[in-house]
Amino acid sequence: MATIFNDTQMTEFKRLVARYPEGKQKSALLPALHLAQESFGGWLSTEALDYVASLLSIEPIEVYEVATFYSMYNLKPVGKFVFEVCQTGPCMISGSDNIIEYIKKTLDIKPGETTKDGLFTLKLVECLGACGYAPMMQVGKIYKEHLTKEKVDSIIAAYRAEAASN
Amino acid sequence: MGVKLLLDKANVPGIRTYDVYRREGGYRAVEKALKEMSTEAIVEEVKKSGLRGRGGAGFPTGMKWSFIAKPEGVPRHLVCNADESEPGTFKDRYLMEFLPHLLIEGLIISSYALGSNDTYIYIRGEYAWIPDILEEAINEAKANGFLGKNILGTGFDCNINVQRGGGAYICGEETALIESLEGKRGNPRIKPPFPAIQGLWMRPTVVNNVETLAAIVPIINIGGDEYAKIGVGKSTGTKLISACGNINKPGVYEIDMTISVEEFIYSDEYCGGIKGGKRLKACIPGGSSVPILPANLLLKTAKGETRYMNYESLSDGGFATGSMLGSGGFIVLDEDQCIVKNTLTLARFYRHESCGQCSPCREGTGWMEKILQKIESGKGEISDIDLLWDIQRKIEGNTICPLGDAASWPVAAAIRHFRDEFEWHVNNPELSQTSNFGLQHYADPIHVPA
Repeated sequence: MATIFNDTQMTEFKRLVARYPEGKQKSALLPALHLAQESFGGWLSTEALDYVASLLSIEPIEVYEVATFYSMYNLKPVGKFVFEVCQTGPCMISGSDNIIEYIKKTLDIKPGETTKDGLFTLKLVECLGACGYAPMMQVGKIYKEHLTKEKVDSIIAAYRAEAASN
Repeated sequence: MGVKLLLDKANVPGIRTYDVYRREGGYRAVEKALKEMSTEAIVEEVKKSGLRGRGGAGFPTGMKWSFIAKPEGVPRHLVCNADESEPGTFKDRYLMEFLPHLLIEGLIISSYALGSNDTYIYIRGEYAWIPDILEEAINEAKANGFLGKNILGTGFDCNINVQRGGGAYICGEETALIESLEGKRGNPRIKPPFPAIQGLWMRPTVVNNVETLAAIVPIINIGGDEYAKIGVGKSTGTKLISACGNINKPGVYEIDMTISVEEFIYSDEYCGGIKGGKRLKACIPGGSSVPILPANLLLKTAKGETRYMNYESLSDGGFATGSMLGSGGFIVLDEDQCIVKNTLTLARFYRHESCGQCSPCREGTGWMEKILQKIESGKGEISDIDLLWDIQRKIEGNTICPLGDAASWPVAAAIRHFRDEFEWHVNNPELSQTSNFGLQHYADPIHVPA
């Protein structure tokens, strides 16, 4: 995948930068990294980080230190669908352990791993602000809440179907 | 049924849209503030209201506003802290998702009062679908003359921009948030200088929580004095509580801070009691950082008085026997929950979220997690409990930002009130892997209303 924004992505990038005063374009770094991650297959290669640095006229190191600090930036390839399951207190007391075990067993992967078909990655994450709707996980931009084993089954089936239809 | 100032219209169909929000009386506060009030008068009204920061610290908002420096020719900024990340807290998400115009209206008035022409909403990156909702509301407000240039013909210009974070709890701390908004790692700054003097791009800046800014709307509509009449003592107005854990009705509730904790947990209007008819064991009443309380100390203070859902009552007894209202993240644990395991997940959270700047926090949070892991897995020794106590004491107060304290308090409170459960884990290494300590002497007496 080419690490260069297409026209639509470049328009969005310019919109992000325009939010900040002249000379403060570095402020657009976090949103720009989100855009790059979405545009370049769900993760940020060194090439992608350098590309963002050049677009914002900042040093590559300024991008690296940010990309490594925040948990949402994937610095290695991930599956098409990333299951980010919350394991913090409120989710734990609402049964997240069972959900995590069930996903591990169903997909036959450990946290941090991707299924052989490249479809699913499992990540254990800390509180996502859905404590009242626990257990939960984030998949892309979407929160999947009130998880049960049955619900996990249907979510996996739906994503498999989605991948098959593409 | 208590007074509702923020969520009173939450169930009106279509309230997310400008047209419905406006029809229901929305943006009247902007008209009143911008056309009839001076900026000083607005700050005065907020001071009179007694409004305290709803993000967790509870600092008086009007006072915070009055600190902002106004050097000639230097732009000032208002930043909305929507980096809601304190475990147990999901109230700001609710406000932004369902009542975006209420936040935008509060932001316009507050921007005017503070002289911010470029206002930013910094929202946690994981709330990835909410920026679209907020931007839609911003565009609608702009199209109707409430944002942009020369708002309502007053000569006041204001733009609101939304920025997503990258996933870091620490960015809820206001100076870390500012660093992040500048495109950097979320390392908190040493204060002073305070953001009110040198904040975003070293310009005078006020950072306020989502709920705090939304509360500006009713304060302008009904007046600071009327707002201050709601509630009790220094707990004025209403507070959003996000209730979760082992209860029948988790969700976001608006309370007027005069109801008792017992009513909040057991009344059908709020949490609806403990799930499955189980018994209440413990509760973290104000987000994961605040001290956990066993049921008996939660429902009544050490003096035997009823405990209420407000700043003063929840902190009655200090950390020895009380807790804090904090962010309003109300986490309820039933009789089946393991305090050691719960504390471990919180310790892991703080280790994960420590920015790494200060040694006591960077190292200490890791040690606490490891020791708790050891105890939880049945490999602990009695001396580990003392070591844990010792470490948390050495983190607290020794870091640049309050994350160190936030990491220490849950561990300290768990040992303070549930030391016997920690000892049980140590003394019963095998049994503790297959069963729970459950409810023991500390949890009695618990009065459960019929």
